[in-house]
Amino acid sequence: MATDLSRPEDRAYFDHNATSPPDPRVVEAMLPHLGVLHGNPSSVHAVGQAARAAVERARRQVAELLGGSAPEVLFTSSGTEANNAVVRAAAAGGGRLVVSSLEHPSIRVQAEELAGQDIDVVSVTPGPDGIVSADRLLDAVNEDTRLVALMLANNELGTLQPVAEVGRRLRDRGVPLLCDAVQAVGKVAVDVHELHVDYLTLGGHKFHGPIGAAALWVRGGAPFEALLVGGGQERHRRASTENVPAIVGLGVASEIAANELAERRRHLQELRDRFEQRVTALAGVTIHCAGSPRLPHTSHVAFEGVDAQTLLIRLDLRGFAVSTGAACASGVVEPSATLLAMGIDAKEALASLRISFGLTNTPAEIDAFLEVLQEEVAKLRHTAEVPV
Amino acid sequence: MTLVVAPSVELETAVAKVESRAARNATIAVAMSGGLDSSAVASLLHRRGHSVVGLSMLLWDQSTQRVHGRCCGALDLGDARAVADEIGIPHYTLRMDDEFRRHVVDPFVEDYLAGRTPSPCVRCNTWIKFDLFLERADAVGADYIATGHYARIVEGDGEWELHQAACLDKDQSYYLFELTQEQLARSLFPLGALTKNTVRDYARQERMLVAEKGESMEVCFVASGVQQFVEEQAAARPDFFPAPATTPSEIVDTDGKVLGRSSAPYFRYTVGQRRGLGVASSEPLYVLGVDAKNNRLEVGPDRELVAPGLLGERLHWIGRPPAGPVEATVRIRSRHDGVGATIHTLDDGLARVEFETPQRGVAPGQAAVFYEGTRVLGGCRIRDRWEGTSV
Repeated sequence: MATDLSRPEDRAYFDHNATSPPDPRVVEAMLPHLGVLHGNPSSVHAVGQAARAAVERARRQVAELLGGSAPEVLFTSSGTEANNAVVRAAAAGGGRLVVSSLEHPSIRVQAEELAGQDIDVVSVTPGPDGIVSADRLLDAVNEDTRLVALMLANNELGTLQPVAEVGRRLRDRGVPLLCDAVQAVGKVAVDVHELHVDYLTLGGHKFHGPIGAAALWVRGGAPFEALLVGGGQERHRRASTENVPAIVGLGVASEIAANELAERRRHLQELRDRFEQRVTALAGVTIHCAGSPRLPHTSHVAFEGVDAQTLLIRLDLRGFAVSTGAACASGVVEPSATLLAMGIDAKEALASLRISFGLTNTPAEIDAFLEVLQEEVAKLRHTAEVPV
Repeated sequence: MTLVVAPSVELETAVAKVESRAARNATIAVAMSGGLDSSAVASLLHRRGHSVVGLSMLLWDQSTQRVHGRCCGALDLGDARAVADEIGIPHYTLRMDDEFRRHVVDPFVEDYLAGRTPSPCVRCNTWIKFDLFLERADAVGADYIATGHYARIVEGDGEWELHQAACLDKDQSYYLFELTQEQLARSLFPLGALTKNTVRDYARQERMLVAEKGESMEVCFVASGVQQFVEEQAAARPDFFPAPATTPSEIVDTDGKVLGRSSAPYFRYTVGQRRGLGVASSEPLYVLGVDAKNNRLEVGPDRELVAPGLLGERLHWIGRPPAGPVEATVRIRSRHDGVGATIHTLDDGLARVEFETPQRGVAPGQAAVFYEGTRVLGGCRIRDRWEGTSV
């Protein structure tokens, strides 16, 4: 029964919100930088200059995808690093941080860690639709507020948040807005000016780029403190030698995303709709936030009376990779804080799977998945031995 | 270049004998703790061509505390995962900390507070490592479970028998006396006929990353010492646990005469204990009984410590329950040599165990396990001393 782990390529992969396979064009563009074009962008000589040119090209590619300008783009190692940097810098002088409870831990936990004497952190929960209301978020903003953080799309539910509205209304009050767009970039159109944000983060590996390169867009003139110091790279905003191959990959992934967005979105939505139409035909299945504006590729489904962790294992052993949401390094599954915050009870939260499709998925894979899913859910419900 | 050496013939033969029970295409879930033994089991079964799934149980999450090297620490689960990666088998971690707290940790604290000497490892094996784990393994579709226990399962006359490990130094059969026929039928103990050295040699030969790992501690979840642990747990949940007496215990002799006051709380004392009483006497004094209700320790000389028998509860027979009294060797704690005894089955899961020669240290809360040669017949939990028919 257990599939051969030495052949992960035989698996159907439906966990693109965790990470997505790099586009072959991305890999091709990266390869020379792992070989002959190995230079350090800070070097004066031609080898260094070639590397520097590659990094600057990637910066333009990312800027174009976001509708910003290249000097506003800062490369980091990860979305986590970028989010940490913005939150820390904002809290440096004390005051209030207003954070949606949907935020990724790199924002939520970072803010909680800073909370104390000078820093007051207000967390705003979403409604049952998986969306944080702009009014409620803005109600939490006072004169001392140094930063508001609202993600563009939630990693678990895929729900799109009212970032543009919040941004527009904050603009008049002079409070900066951080938008974690890691899950959204490459799947829906993202324009920093339309969103009225001051900081926006994206990560390459969530949209078919490589792991190890991410970007932070900082609106010209917005305050920023470097997290890493001791080098002049990235205009003194991030010391350390640039990860040139990954940055090149991120650039190419951005260019591809910009060119192919409409087509990509249609493909993803077709896959997701095919899955959701058929999965809802099964008894006791609920798709969370189905009526809310969502990313085109994410589906969060509760299977009544089923322990999702057990279901995940059974699906994995049959060759289908899905997710129950956040898992720690040892693989332990927690009930989703996001679902709990929406008012969904722990039992339903622990009965839910996240399925996130990607460009390489096919309708045939989804049909095969549905067949196995139906079998496994029936077995688990039948044995009724599922611990609660 | 790596030199490939086949595992020793002894090991191959022993493992082959155990696994021959499992059908060729069966899926075996290995309970992986991250320790040497269960890691070796996973490796051996995989190497011999079985379909193996590694399952780890998160029992007691103390990721903030340094409890590495103990069987239930979250850090060890990282080792389990790394070993599974190394072997090339799928691995999943099951969160079972709620169950572990309810079935093992809470009763452990309750036992201490009630003046008993708990056997958390028996409870963990019975409730967690077999009952619940088997349920979870079933749920993910496994046909058998395999563990790193040193004990043997033998097919007897129409029923499964549990026997001591071939290597008596490592024998863990005492902790397994509550297993049922159904559980034995579905469990594999591939190490039962092996010595620890053979297992370690195998792990070294395979260059497993846990090859040099030490033994896990007896009470894995207690990082800070029993007294502190019990006090912390009781203080953290005052509505759940009775508040332990904070004043020193009264020390009385068998006539009820007060001899003094103890230096530590009553729950730090175990029947048979001599140290730490702090009362002067012409002869050495031992704890005879712990009376939690009255915060009192009864003490007496060595000769009063011995009991001619014990009263047990939760009596369990691994095979068919006997029709009449049973003669067996009884172990009243894990490292007890055993004593000849007659076991009488009473009503309501109770038992009376009459020793051939009186025994020291019959401690309420401990397990009394019955053996016939190497075979484990069953056992019970010690409720009290039995003082004999005519006192």
